[in-house]
Amino acid sequence: MFDSEKIAQIGEAKAKWQENTLAKVVKKNPERQPEFKTDSGITMNTLYTPEDVADLDYANDLGFPGEYPFTRGVQPNMYRGRHWTMRQYAGFGTAEQTNERFRYLLDQGQTGLSCAFDLPTQIGYDSDDDLSQGEIGKVGVAIDTMADMEILFNSIPLDKVSTSMTINAPAAVLLAMYIAVAEKQGVSSDKISGTIQNDILKEYIARGTYIFPPAPSMRLITDIFAYCAEKVPNWNTISISGYHIREAGSSAAQEIAFTLADGVAYVQAAINAGLDVDKFAPRLSFFFNSHMNFFEEIAKFRAARRIWAKIMKERFGAKNPRSWALRFHTQTAGSTLTAQQPNVNIMRVAFQALAAALGGTQSLHTNSKDEALALPNEESVLIALRTQQVVGYEINAADVVDPLGGSYYVESLTNQLEAKAMEYIQKIDDLGGAPNAIEYMQREIQASAYRYQKSVENGETIVIGVNKFQMKEEPPKGLLKVDPALGESQKAKLKKVKESRDNAAVEAALARVKAAAEGNENLMPPIIEAVKAYASLGEICGVLRNVFGEYRQQIIF
Amino acid sequence: MEKKPIRVVVAKPGLDGHDRGAKVVAQALRDAGMEVIYTGLRQTPAQIVEVAIQEDAQVVALSSLSGAHMALFPQVVKGLQAEGLNDVLVLGGGVIPDDDIPGLKEAGVAEIFTPGTDTRDIVKYIEAHFNGGK
Repeated sequence: MFDSEKIAQIGEAKAKWQENTLAKVVKKNPERQPEFKTDSGITMNTLYTPEDVADLDYANDLGFPGEYPFTRGVQPNMYRGRHWTMRQYAGFGTAEQTNERFRYLLDQGQTGLSCAFDLPTQIGYDSDDDLSQGEIGKVGVAIDTMADMEILFNSIPLDKVSTSMTINAPAAVLLAMYIAVAEKQGVSSDKISGTIQNDILKEYIARGTYIFPPAPSMRLITDIFAYCAEKVPNWNTISISGYHIREAGSSAAQEIAFTLADGVAYVQAAINAGLDVDKFAPRLSFFFNSHMNFFEEIAKFRAARRIWAKIMKERFGAKNPRSWALRFHTQTAGSTLTAQQPNVNIMRVAFQALAAALGGTQSLHTNSKDEALALPNEESVLIALRTQQVVGYEINAADVVDPLGGSYYVESLTNQLEAKAMEYIQKIDDLGGAPNAIEYMQREIQASAYRYQKSVENGETIVIGVNKFQMKEEPPKGLLKVDPALGESQKAKLKKVKESRDNAAVEAALARVKAAAEGNENLMPPIIEAVKAYASLGEICGVLRNVFGEYRQQIIF
Repeated sequence: MEKKPIRVVVAKPGLDGHDRGAKVVAQALRDAGMEVIYTGLRQTPAQIVEVAIQEDAQVVALSSLSGAHMALFPQVVKGLQAEGLNDVLVLGGGVIPDDDIPGLKEAGVAEIFTPGTDTRDIVKYIEAHFNGGK
């Protein structure tokens, strides 16, 4: 972007400045640390100048927002048209309680729903299963049958609201229930919009709610891609997630690399299944973390967009610009929240939210201050939502596209993160792609997590309230408690559904699911028929478990 | 005379998939010279008791971030006691509200380590338990 003569002059001037001005000051007052590094291990210099971005080619590396390679953003005018979707992840207890929380959030100006399911639901067990005991309704809402789903979305018009569902291994079943509930509301499947997470690879790598082995899991995913391309055109069929990889301890560079490597595996699987890349790729979406190193996070979002655009265009030969554009949801970093002095978490969340906005996110969840202690209560959820509303409406951060584009520092970080991520992606390719590199990624993440823990313990990394500025405090009051009796009432509800449905129809529908699973037929239509007959999630997943088998985790630490 | 290393089983009871803390603690205890077995995810209380017997564990360290600790931790203690393993030190960690800690201790969990704990404090706690009084 600069001519080489000018760069050379700047380089000379900088050398002089370092010698004459900077060195004297540093000699008199040594710097706080011998060196400054981001958590991806990138050295942060004292100062960045045009020299650091001398090789930047504006047209090829940055371009214009809404155009290849999308470094500056996926929409031409970004938030000047519409803010990011403010979407708080919520769900606990029964469908009735979560429905109430959803309606509260919509009343407070939230613009999309994001549903958390309890662990039995996420792992395909009914509430009456032995393995579900103690977990019912704890980390999300308990869904056993379509009857629960009808209550969950009661009085919420599914043609007006978009819904994101954090569901992976049994994503096909929950999507089927959503389609069926919408239909009951009189909304056809081409009118609904939303997202299923549906990202099984990161479950094996970092999140843990897997059910089936990789091959049948990938088949379920590509069946969903194919079905939605025809019948549910506005649905984001997958949310390829770096969030949990980062929460498990990865660095920013690893987060981009492992997520995009997973993305490559899904695209390849769908192409292998005979799908046209430009038919399904525009509906792929991503999900990233917004962590503590403010500028590196902004650079991370920009680098991820540029890498994905290149992968889709150059590696997979996609022709549709919408296939090149990496659209993503962001959540602030849960693992940075402290149980100590929980009010300080509000500030952490605000800076992470600002980084997400400056990085060009399409939607955002801001964490609540009490989440290191319990599920958030209504008051803390409201503060979290208000935090992103301040970022969106009050500080003019949403009024200019990619405001840090052209910053010598941020552009330099963007380039360095891209280079580091590409090295990892190459390594994963060499191992045969993400499904064959799960243990490799787990070892890398574990090493980063342990390094971080040690750096907090030796004081290299400061965490306020944990290893600096500690104080004596009273235990917090008013934490949300999920009623332990809820498990029993949920089981009673399921029993009632099982008694009142047509059990012969359920058996027949489950037999069709089994036949489809054993053959090559798309699984979505028989699963939709089964949920409409009020077959339970556990029954449908049980049939699939019998056909597909279950995944066994390799233990790495 | 060389001391035999303390044998620890680190376990994830229930369906929770958050294992960053369990693995970091497992590695820290191993680096401190203990013999550590990590069970992996989704263990029932009965399975954890079984591993503790097989591995001749002196410590069982349980981790849960899903809110199932009140249901699951006491079952592990009971299971160990039913096998006559009354001397096994049972520890807990994870997202555990202060209000729940007295109940867990009453049920036989010796200590609870919550977010922000320094792994060296866990090492010290275990070492003190075995070097003091026994």
